Amino acid sequence: MSTRTVEMALATPGLDDRGRPSRLPLGVGTAVDDDLGAEHMLVNIGPQHPATHGVLRLVLELEGETVKRCIPHIGYLHSGFEKLGEYRHYNQIVPLTDRTDYLSPMANNVCLALAAEKLMGIEITERCQVLRVIACEMSRVISHLVWLGTTGIDLGAFTPFLWSFYQRERIYNLQEAWTGARLTTSLTRIGGMMADVPDGWEAGLRDFTATFTKTLDEVDTMFTRNSIWCGRTQGVGVLTADEAINYSLSGPMLRASGVDYDVRKDRPYLGYETYDFDVPVGEHGDIYDRYRVRLEEMYQSNRILEQALDRLARLKGAPLNTDDHRVILPPKGRAMSDMEAMIHHFKQVMEGVPAPAGEAYLGVENPKGELGYYFVADGTAKPVRWRIRPPSFINLACLPKLCEGALLSDVIAINASVDIVMGEIDR
Amino acid sequence: MTPDMKGFLILTVLKMVVVFTIVLVGVALLTLMERKVSAWMQNRRGPNRVGWAGLLQPAADGVKNIVKEETFPAEANQLLFILAPAISFIPALLLSGVIPWGAPINVNFDWNLPLIGHASFHGPMSLAVADLPIGFLFILAISSIGVYGIALAGWSSNSKYSLLGGLRSSAQMVSYEVAMGLSLIPVLLLAGNATFSEIIRAQQQGLWFVASLTLSFFVFMVAGFAETNRLPFDLPEAESELIAGYHTEYSAMKFSLFMIAEYANMITVSAMMATLFFGGWDIPGRWDENGSALAGLVTALVMFTKSFFFIFLFMWVRWSFPRFRYDQLMALGWKFMIPLALAYIVVICVAMWALGAAGIVHPKIQGLVLLGLNLVGIYIVFFLLDRGRLLSGSYRRQAAAGARG
Repeated sequence: MSTRTVEMALATPGLDDRGRPSRLPLGVGTAVDDDLGAEHMLVNIGPQHPATHGVLRLVLELEGETVKRCIPHIGYLHSGFEKLGEYRHYNQIVPLTDRTDYLSPMANNVCLALAAEKLMGIEITERCQVLRVIACEMSRVISHLVWLGTTGIDLGAFTPFLWSFYQRERIYNLQEAWTGARLTTSLTRIGGMMADVPDGWEAGLRDFTATFTKTLDEVDTMFTRNSIWCGRTQGVGVLTADEAINYSLSGPMLRASGVDYDVRKDRPYLGYETYDFDVPVGEHGDIYDRYRVRLEEMYQSNRILEQALDRLARLKGAPLNTDDHRVILPPKGRAMSDMEAMIHHFKQVMEGVPAPAGEAYLGVENPKGELGYYFVADGTAKPVRWRIRPPSFINLACLPKLCEGALLSDVIAINASVDIVMGEIDR
Repeated sequence: MTPDMKGFLILTVLKMVVVFTIVLVGVALLTLMERKVSAWMQNRRGPNRVGWAGLLQPAADGVKNIVKEETFPAEANQLLFILAPAISFIPALLLSGVIPWGAPINVNFDWNLPLIGHASFHGPMSLAVADLPIGFLFILAISSIGVYGIALAGWSSNSKYSLLGGLRSSAQMVSYEVAMGLSLIPVLLLAGNATFSEIIRAQQQGLWFVASLTLSFFVFMVAGFAETNRLPFDLPEAESELIAGYHTEYSAMKFSLFMIAEYANMITVSAMMATLFFGGWDIPGRWDENGSALAGLVTALVMFTKSFFFIFLFMWVRWSFPRFRYDQLMALGWKFMIPLALAYIVVICVAMWALGAAGIVHPKIQGLVLLGLNLVGIYIVFFLLDRGRLLSGSYRRQAAAGARG
């Protein structure tokens, strides 16, 4: 082993002086030298690398181009969200959720509000439910569009990336018109929403739902029957249904392996049981099926969006927020003129909304899988513990298994197919 | 030195200057064209700030690359690190020297020049810098030198990404050179000569070789994509896997040289496709080699158009397709392209012998017979042999499903 290799090996945490991983997070064999005394090469993919989707670092042990072992290192984006949540009122946690899975901030906002409302036992209005469904499905579409584009790039196809980002941009504009922010939406409040949609906004979303599937059709034309695409994705990164369940995967990763589990269907929230949509399920559990599942989910999200828009039109003028002003801020005009309202306003802003002692877990179907927020409350306005069940983090756990024995190019494709977002992993 | 030799030298130097200038300017404009084509495919505008419609963008890029700092990795092999871009750059430019860019022009002069003395030239002047008798063999030989540049760049950078890129490219270029060479043997059989001008003449007498040797053209085109390291064969520089592959550690002008080499190779391969299979500067129907300057200009324009189409095809494909995986690339090369090229040589040999035995000697009729044979061959190769197996990947999928039980 040359001097340089030793230096590099020493600089890698968890490797001994011979470059052999000594502290492995996962036991996947130990031999570094094979019978002929050939050395395996350690290659860092990340944290700065075009294909790691953030700051994931993969230490690969290569024999030629074959990956003998893949060790993911995380923590480069650690922000301490869970701990920060313990020092904030429930409503103040909403901005933190924007920054966990930053590719679908509105869905995270909705999940947080739902979990806090479950803890406090608050009912929300029907109009609020419909708007939250719209927020969730818009998030699903943009998250999957990013996934589609970046996976295309990872496999070498650059053009669909810009097509999908064009459509994502349209949703971002709608998001901006609704919440004032493109990424840090902070859309929900406990018992309601931060804001109602502006006038004419529904027409913009209708225009989007009517036209954006054209892009999906184009990508479908480019990829689905493309022999190079099929060759790169079919039979690569295969997870059986049992394995997927054992890794406690969720979302498209799980469904691509043939397990028909979708929180929207199996533990419905926000009245998802009243919407007419299908849950695509794969059968082979390879990258190709994950691609098909996500592509189809976008079409299905589009169906949900259209139905939700119909309901929104029907509910025009209906109240948005719950009328319990202990949890939702009274209108500013009333707070300035009405004593009662002013007290509510003051108490909420200064002390927050107290939650009864107890605990609550709520899981929602986020674009990347089941996102769960778990609260432990002690009767004050701040949670004692806020725990996130991040789908990316748990889905990432299967990466070393999938990459073992794959080629270097497959690692990139597999990593893309898992669809991780680092903000959520290093929360 | 005889006056004739002096005249020949003067003309050759002149041709060299013109061809290399055109190729280098062409390379610069191709970078712009690539960005414009990709922008067009991606609903964007592309570069449009520097000069009218971005026409000065290549110049701005060139200036930027020249004034940028040259960086060297600390433990790189300095000599090879500097040598590598030159090794890939020089052969790429050399190649443009043997391609006939137009019909020969009759040149007559008898000059008494200062310093040089008496120089004269009489007769047709080929529009290739050097119309070598070994023709495309020269191109095959020189283009394989280019791989040293890439392999050395990958090795001398002392970076693992570069190393992997260099290894991939050596394996890829060596494999596809075989397929490329084999695909040209039918051309040699039909034309009976490796000289480009003779190959063009053979196509003028018969049919363009794309009709009589379609499968050869197919193999040559795919191998050409692989030789130029363009997508879907851009594994050596697969940016999502190996950062930038063999030129990860390169910056400034050394990086530019790699880019120029890539685009120059693209021009050469496109020109070769046009020359070997699409009649070169031949205008079908009303061609007459009268040797006038006008005929030279028009045929050069025709040649340019044909090459340009293939360059556009390169870009079109690049921005449409995903990239192969290393083993799939090798499988395609060794298990599909090379057997196909070998089998095709046998088929063409047998067909030529049969045509000769049947007494069919007219080149046009020979070409038509071969075209019929090719249509059958295309049907067999693309619709019978390959259905859902070699290329489409469904075979792998069944294997994976079977392994899972």
